[in-house]
Amino acid sequence: MLQALADGILTGSIIALGAIGLTLTMGILRFANFAHAEMITWGAYMALGALALMGPFMAPLGALSFGLPLIIAMVIAAVLTSLLALMIDHLVFRPLHGRPNDMTIVFSSFGVSLLVRMVVLLIFGGSAQYYSNTLQIAVPVAPGLRILPDQLFVLGFTIVTVISLHFFLQRTRLGLAMRALAENPTLARVNGIDTRVVIRWTWVIGASLAAVAGVLYGLTVQLRPEIGFHLLLPLFAAVIIGGVGNVFGAVVGGLIVGLAESLSVFIIPPSYKLAVPFIILLIVLYVRPTGIFGSAHHAGAK
Amino acid sequence: MSGHLFQANNVVAGYRPDLPIIHGVSMHVDAAEMVTIIGPNGAGKSTMIKAIAGVLPISSGSVTLAGKDITRLPTHGMAAASIAYVPQTDNVFTTLTINENLLLGASSLPKAKALEQVGKAYDKFPALKQYRDKKAKVLSGGQRQMLAVARALLTDPHLIMLDEPSAGLSPLMVSDVFARLRELVESGVSVLMVEQNAKAAMAVSHRTYVLAEGRNRVEGVSSALAQDPEVIAIYLGAGGRKR
Amino acid sequence: MTGFAAYLVFFLIIALTYSIVVMGLNLQWGFTGLFNAGVVGFFAVGAYGTAVLIGPERAGAIGGFGLPFPIGVLGGAALAALAALIVGLATLRLREEYLAIATFGIAISIQLIALNFEALTGGAMGLISLPRPMLDVFSSPAHYNLFYLGVVAILALVVYLALERAVTSPWGRVLKAVREDETAARSLGKNPVLIRLQSFVLGCTLIGFAGGLYVGFIGYVSPLDFLPILTFQIWAMLIVGGSGNNRGAIAGAIGVWGLWTMSGLLISQVLPVQFQSQGGAIQVILIGLLIVLTLLFRPRGLIGERETVSKHAGPR
Repeated sequence: MLQALADGILTGSIIALGAIGLTLTMGILRFANFAHAEMITWGAYMALGALALMGPFMAPLGALSFGLPLIIAMVIAAVLTSLLALMIDHLVFRPLHGRPNDMTIVFSSFGVSLLVRMVVLLIFGGSAQYYSNTLQIAVPVAPGLRILPDQLFVLGFTIVTVISLHFFLQRTRLGLAMRALAENPTLARVNGIDTRVVIRWTWVIGASLAAVAGVLYGLTVQLRPEIGFHLLLPLFAAVIIGGVGNVFGAVVGGLIVGLAESLSVFIIPPSYKLAVPFIILLIVLYVRPTGIFGSAHHAGAK
Repeated sequence: MSGHLFQANNVVAGYRPDLPIIHGVSMHVDAAEMVTIIGPNGAGKSTMIKAIAGVLPISSGSVTLAGKDITRLPTHGMAAASIAYVPQTDNVFTTLTINENLLLGASSLPKAKALEQVGKAYDKFPALKQYRDKKAKVLSGGQRQMLAVARALLTDPHLIMLDEPSAGLSPLMVSDVFARLRELVESGVSVLMVEQNAKAAMAVSHRTYVLAEGRNRVEGVSSALAQDPEVIAIYLGAGGRKR
Repeated sequence: MTGFAAYLVFFLIIALTYSIVVMGLNLQWGFTGLFNAGVVGFFAVGAYGTAVLIGPERAGAIGGFGLPFPIGVLGGAALAALAALIVGLATLRLREEYLAIATFGIAISIQLIALNFEALTGGAMGLISLPRPMLDVFSSPAHYNLFYLGVVAILALVVYLALERAVTSPWGRVLKAVREDETAARSLGKNPVLIRLQSFVLGCTLIGFAGGLYVGFIGYVSPLDFLPILTFQIWAMLIVGGSGNNRGAIAGAIGVWGLWTMSGLLISQVLPVQFQSQGGAIQVILIGLLIVLTLLFRPRGLIGERETVSKHAGPR
């Protein structure tokens, strides 16, 4: 039980990172980006590529399975994932903006997600890969609870990222502009905000968070081209639980989904774990479609 | 044709390029002048100032401010070009605090200057200060209007455009808002406003434009137009009955 | 029949079955603007539903009712309608994209059930040796296939004619009104949510119905026939054919399925064995490119030239 709780929090924190990026883009760019989860896959594999180029020059840091190169690889992955997001926005989403059916963009993101996944598969192959072959010894933390040092790193890193993002959104002018744009794009423009610039930064932040989530996932689970495909539903569930556009809500939503997935094994066979986010999603949509923290403004209701 | 602070010539605009709502409207505003636009529903009053503000696309015609062509300027460039616009509805960010609303209004200014201007705004509108860190959704209609005007003034614009500043306010608040705008004009800012409340608006403004069906209908000094039998019959009468 | 002709018959049966799926999707997207991201889920429900209803009894298993094929197909379609109702009721009163997310979710869940609920679905093995309707009437498999092609072609034609009538009927006009101007439709006393729900459920019923026809032809169900890629393939057929256009939907189904089979054939012939999986990825990339590029550059589709009735079909 304790172990399942710990695993749930760990998975939940990775889902949360991805969900933050998705909720920001859904709130600010105003469409459900099906390709967001593939940014997670892309980021994870870009880090793998960067790591391969750097080589395992440095010894692991402390008890962790990786060294400084992985941190550098994570930064490179964030940059490359941001570039991919900006490229997709430029080539696909922006030209489709203003089509009579708003759902055309959502649908195009569905097509893009397939393309990104297949390109990753083509370059890196379909079998599972790992950043490091170093074997880690799980540290017993409490009776019946063992945690890998890497998992502690993931948790700590997520907490730091979420807090920094919170301060960025609350304290900087760009953060303020993003929040304003999420509420009312026209009024934001009237206030002198160049929304194109803010949108570009939104992509960069969303994609970077996705890349980080991908690397952390690869670190604690494994790398497969289907990472994103399997995370898409948990991400959407987390975003909707927390209320679209709500960063704090996405974190809580991510944790709820992660915990529900790992605790579900006590009720249903583990092979149905992937359906848990869908069940949660349905319940939220039936009971409280604005999400737990949803305000009337970002309400799911029309 | 030049010499006016603000000038719009034969502006054609609408929500869609193929379906113009205003068909060649012209108007001007001089420095420290207060001008009202009135007209029946669907006359294109709001469309006109939205087009000037860059919120709606202008398909032909031109708009100049202080001799500079601002016809094709993107919306976010208007603030820097010394023209401010206060929409009728949703004119404050309800999810942001009062202070954040003001900071946002100063987005086009360097940070130090922005903080300075926000400080000045609190001096000008002391009532806002007590709500500084409250979300704008707690404000009343009149307070929101005040915040929206305060926000629009942060960049020290030459011209401020308002879309029905009196809409939804109590009669007492209406006269307060108009008195505030009058003070602004006396301090040298020009005001261009769209109003349903034609009588009250004409009473405070220098000149009035009457639009109908997306075209200029009548224009003139407000006090004279207010005596015009046609204007009284069609617009003032209708405006009066509405309230 | 020669090998090629036999293959052509086989090919057309599958393509026309898919064309019914595409027409169901067209009702949702082309005529109503609803994004169904889980087409394969509803197709699978129809297929598995049919299989369970018509299949022979198995030891320790649920189902195996041995019902006649037509009842099985209709039952499968009804199950697909039920699945559509579950997600439709949850999402159609909400933001449009919630339907997309929920349909994606139900497709994943259905895939999991197909793979894991062995008592009902046979798990990874699937359900095999299902009775094929009227098989014993025909002297050879080739004749039987020809017969089945006739059945599928007639049913596709019936669906086509029915949909063409439906969209020009008063109901179709309300559908159009809801799509073009929801507020106006509401003021006329039409409930947009209900209209959307009807269109969505009807579309999914057709998709499920096609799933049943598919099972009747191949005689088994297996999770491998219902992979997520099928959703993308069906979408490619619709987009290429031109959404809002039922003739385009049929043409798109045949065209894209042809492209898919031929590119698969080419890859298996040309590429060395060790590169086959990469070849598969390239094949899928082609589907993705087909969708994205058509959306960008030929929003009215590549095949359909008729003036489409959909406002979603082209730039204004």
